[in-house]
Amino acid sequence: MDLGIILSTLDATLRLSTPLLLACLAGLYSERAGVFDIGLEGKMLASAFAAAAVAAVTANVWLGLLAGVAVSITTASLQGAAAITLRGNQLIAGVAINMLAAGLTTFLGIQWFGQGGRTPQLTTDGRFQNITLPFANELSGVPVIGQIYSELISGHNILVYVAFLAVPITWWVLYRTRFGLRLRAVGENPKAVDTAGISVTKLRYQAVLITGLLCGLAGAFFSIAQGSGFGNNMTAGKGFIALAALIFAKWKPVPAMFTCLLFGFLDALQIRLQGAEIFGIDVPVQAIQALPYLLTVILLAGFIGKAVGPKAGGVAYTKER
Amino acid sequence: MNFISKHLGALAAGVAASVLVAGAAFADPAVIYDLGGKFDKSFNEAAYNGAEAWKKETGGTFTDLELQNDAQREQALRRFASQGANPIVMAGFSWGTALGTVAAEFPDTHFVVIDAVVDAPNVQSIIFDEHTGSFLVGAIAALKSQTGTVGFVGGMDVPIIHKFYCGYAQGAKAANPNVKVIENYTGTTPAAWNDPVTAGELTKAQFDAGADVVFAAAGGSGLGVLQAAADAGKFSIGVDSNQNYLHPGSVLTSMLKRVDVAVQNSLTDANFKPGLTVLGLKENGVGYALDEHNQALITEDIKTAVDKFSAEIQSGAITVHDYTVDNTCP
Repeated sequence: MDLGIILSTLDATLRLSTPLLLACLAGLYSERAGVFDIGLEGKMLASAFAAAAVAAVTANVWLGLLAGVAVSITTASLQGAAAITLRGNQLIAGVAINMLAAGLTTFLGIQWFGQGGRTPQLTTDGRFQNITLPFANELSGVPVIGQIYSELISGHNILVYVAFLAVPITWWVLYRTRFGLRLRAVGENPKAVDTAGISVTKLRYQAVLITGLLCGLAGAFFSIAQGSGFGNNMTAGKGFIALAALIFAKWKPVPAMFTCLLFGFLDALQIRLQGAEIFGIDVPVQAIQALPYLLTVILLAGFIGKAVGPKAGGVAYTKER
Repeated sequence: MNFISKHLGALAAGVAASVLVAGAAFADPAVIYDLGGKFDKSFNEAAYNGAEAWKKETGGTFTDLELQNDAQREQALRRFASQGANPIVMAGFSWGTALGTVAAEFPDTHFVVIDAVVDAPNVQSIIFDEHTGSFLVGAIAALKSQTGTVGFVGGMDVPIIHKFYCGYAQGAKAANPNVKVIENYTGTTPAAWNDPVTAGELTKAQFDAGADVVFAAAGGSGLGVLQAAADAGKFSIGVDSNQNYLHPGSVLTSMLKRVDVAVQNSLTDANFKPGLTVLGLKENGVGYALDEHNQALITEDIKTAVDKFSAEIQSGAITVHDYTVDNTCP
C-alpha cells in the first residue's frame, strides 16, 4: 500500500460517507426533538428523483437541487403532520413515507420518461462537477501534505463540502444557540418546554423541516452529484445505515461524522478488496460485501455501550387540558 | 356444462390477462424482459428493440411485460401461455427453472428462451458465444491501453458474467501478453443489474489501480461505469446493445450481443426450431461495434489486429475458453 492507494481509498471514503452524513444529521435534528424518523430513506429517494427529473429537463443542476430539497421538505411536512399534529405513530408515518417514495418515484419515472423508471442521463450542466480548490495543482508536487491537499481534500463536488461543514454548524446550533437548547429539551421533556411557554409543536415542526432540508441534499447527492440520473431505489438502504450511525453516535453531531466516515471507509475498502488475496486466500466477493454490515452489527452490539435516545422520542406530545 | 366451464376458463384467463397487460390480443407473441427493466440501454433494451423491429417488419403486434421480481417468473409465463400467446420469448439467464416447469404444462405453446438452456420439446434455447465477442473487445482494450492495465466490471456475480470476463481477459492477453486485468462484480443479488452508483465506484477504484480501459458487462449498472470513465477522461466498453453513442469519445466500443436479432427472428412462429441454437461470430450473433461515434478511437492498426483475431477464432486457429463449460477461467 503506497500513499497513492491510501489517498484514493480515503478519497472514496469522503464520497461514500457524504450521503450518510447528511442523512444522519437530518435524523439527528428530528430525533433530538423527539420525533423518530425512519423515513429518511423515503425522503432521500423522493429528493433524488425530483432532483434528477428537474435537472434532466432543465439541464440546470441548481434547479435540480432546489426541486429535490423542495420535495423532501414537502414530504417531511407530510410526515410531520401525521406524527406531530395528528399524533400518529411516528414509526408508521416513516414507513409510509418510505413505501410512498419507493412506489411513486418508479411510477412517475415510467410515466414521464418511459425508461423503466430511470431518468435520462444528465448532461454536464445537469450535474455537480468536482471543484478544484485553490492552489491544489500548485501544491500537488509537495510530498505528503501537498498530495493530501490536492488529492484528498480538493476535487470533490460542492455537496461533499456542505456535508462536512454541516457538522460544526449542527454542533453550534445544538449546543450554543437558544433554538438548540429548546430543541434538545423538547426531545427530553416536552412538558417542561411547554410550561415555559414555548410551543412544542412549532419546535418539532422546525426540526422536521430541517430534517427535510438535509435529506433533500442527501438525495440530490445520489442522483445529480455522485450519479448521473435517477435509478429505481437508488438510495439502496443508506437511510437505514444512517439511522444505525445515528444510534452508534449516540445522537451527537461530531461522533456522527466519525461514524459515517467509518461506514464510508468500510464501503470504500470493500470495493477495493474485491478479488484481493488476504493471507494467501482468495476471499469470496460475498464475504467482502457483507463486511460493512457485519461490522455494523458487531460495533452496534458490542462496542458502544448503552445508547439511550432522547427520552421523549417516539411519543406524540399531548397538552394537558 | 363443458361449454360453460370452457367459457368461464377463457373469461378468467381474459380477466387475468387484462390485469397483467391491458388490452392484450389473443395469439400474439409475447416478450418478457428480465429484471433490470425494458430500458436498461443494454440487454433488455436490445430485446425490446428486436421486438419493435419485428413489429415494423411484419406489421404484427406483440404483448410484453417487465418483470418486477423473481417470484413473478412462473406466474407471468402461465398467464401468457393460458391467454394463448404464441410464441413466448423471454430474455435472461434466470428463466431456466421457471420455464422448465411451465413448458411441461403447456405442451402446445412455443417458448423461446435467450441466455438459458431448457431441454423440452416445445422450447428453443438461444445462447450466444459471449466469450468470443468479449475476446475481441478484450484485444481492443489491451491494444488501446497506455498503462497496460485494463478493467472489467461485471453485474451480478454469476457464471454467464464470468464467461464475459474470461473471454475478455484471454483476448487482452492475446493482444498484449503483459497486460494486467482487474476483475470486479457489482453485487451478488439481482439488484446488481441496476446499481450504477456502486458500479461507478468500482470503476473509479480500477482507475486508481492503473486501469485506463474498463469493460462493463453489467446491464443497467454499466451506465455508471460509462459515466465514471467519461468523467475521468478514460475509456469504457459497452455491452449487449451498441452503447457507443452514450459518451462519444469515451466509449471505446461495445461488445454486441445481437439479442435484438434473436428476438426479431423468434417472434415469427414459423422460425421456431426446438433445441439449442448457438449464435457466434460466424452468425454475427456477437461482435464489436464500430460506428461514427468511435471511428476516431479505433485506429486502423487495432481494427486490422482485431479482425485477424476474429478470423482466427472462426477458423479454429484460436480456441476461446468458455467459462460455463467447466466453471474455471485459465
